[in-house]
Amino acid sequence: MTASTHAAHLAELNVATLRHPLDDPRSAPFVEMLDPVNAAADSAPGFVWRLVEDGAADATGLRPAGENVIVNLSVWETQEALRDFAYRSGHLDAMRRRREWFEQHVEAHLVLWWVPAGHLPTVGEALERLADLRAHGPSPRAFTFDSSCTAAEAAQHLRTMPPTQSEQAAPSARPEPAGDSAV
Amino acid sequence: MEDIDAIAVLQDPVRRRLYEYVAAQGREVGRNEAAEAAGVTRTLAAHHLDKLAEAGLLESGSRRLTGRSGPGAGRPAKVYTRARAERAVSLPARDYRTAAELLAEAAEQAGLDAGLCAAARRRGEALRGAAAPCGNLEEAMEVLASRGYEPHLEGAEEVTGADARVVRMRNCPFHAVAERFPPLVCGMNLALLEGLFGTDGPVRARMDARPGECCVVVEASKNNED
Repeated sequence: MTASTHAAHLAELNVATLRHPLDDPRSAPFVEMLDPVNAAADSAPGFVWRLVEDGAADATGLRPAGENVIVNLSVWETQEALRDFAYRSGHLDAMRRRREWFEQHVEAHLVLWWVPAGHLPTVGEALERLADLRAHGPSPRAFTFDSSCTAAEAAQHLRTMPPTQSEQAAPSARPEPAGDSAV
Repeated sequence: MEDIDAIAVLQDPVRRRLYEYVAAQGREVGRNEAAEAAGVTRTLAAHHLDKLAEAGLLESGSRRLTGRSGPGAGRPAKVYTRARAERAVSLPARDYRTAAELLAEAAEQAGLDAGLCAAARRRGEALRGAAAPCGNLEEAMEVLASRGYEPHLEGAEEVTGADARVVRMRNCPFHAVAERFPPLVCGMNLALLEGLFGTDGPVRARMDARPGECCVVVEASKNNED
């Protein structure tokens, strides 16, 4: 991580429900891509931090959102940096094959939010943002690539709005399934 | 400017040559270079380049072309690159882009990646028809150019041999939809090109995404894989 001039960083959480355990041969092509893709993330422009399990190279062993749900939590200097890594690097080749390895999610499985530079989000905080997105739809507290806002917009909004009030229509709000957001 | 007016600006053959030259370089191009490439005087090239910029087809900026800076480096020169905006005209008016986005959204929500890729692979094979797969990268570039990919060779200067070369594409024909649904549409694009080139022919398509270009590269197949 290099010193950043950005006052806010973009945090990203995505969850993926495994179709087969990671030691199943059908998951092998995914497992083989973990190290090179993570290495590409670590050296990607604008990369700040990603969650790894103590003593491991990645976070696939952590299962805070369910036994067969792997989580990916990272922080980036800008949304463009995250987008370039996610969709314009070797990571895209892994995403192209996502249906082979992961269940189709009915609910949102990716959430973005701004954090103060230097703050490393906890898993609990990240899952709260995902729950917020699922319950209230996109807002400056929890958004997606399609519904993104700038750090300045988010800061402005969060200053002027009571934290409990949902300011936007929630077109895809669905009840939270029990247990899915357990931390 | 309306799309149809902007496109009409390209009717002049000199302007068209200048536009196509600048677009093909994928970098900033100065007036002298563009004039030379189009075989016209610098003054005429400057006139047409500025017309293209006014129409929003090119973007202009200024830069010192000598690569030097400071005193004695000379005045900044005007440079041109292709504008990012898309222009499309359909007569009569049709809106396939909205249709594509809606179909992609539905496919994304239903997780139809595998079915879409299978259809794309079949389409690629059908486009190739009875023809043999492309025999080399030059043939592949012709095929890609005819489909709007704007191919260019990379690594041609390397002395490590012909196999180090890859064909990259400056343009994604599915750009707008690919931006909204990257894994779905880029996977479709790869499958289409796999169908077009075959998976065991002399050249093959492989995903190697990077910013600003098509997600796929085409390279000579390695017969001694692994």
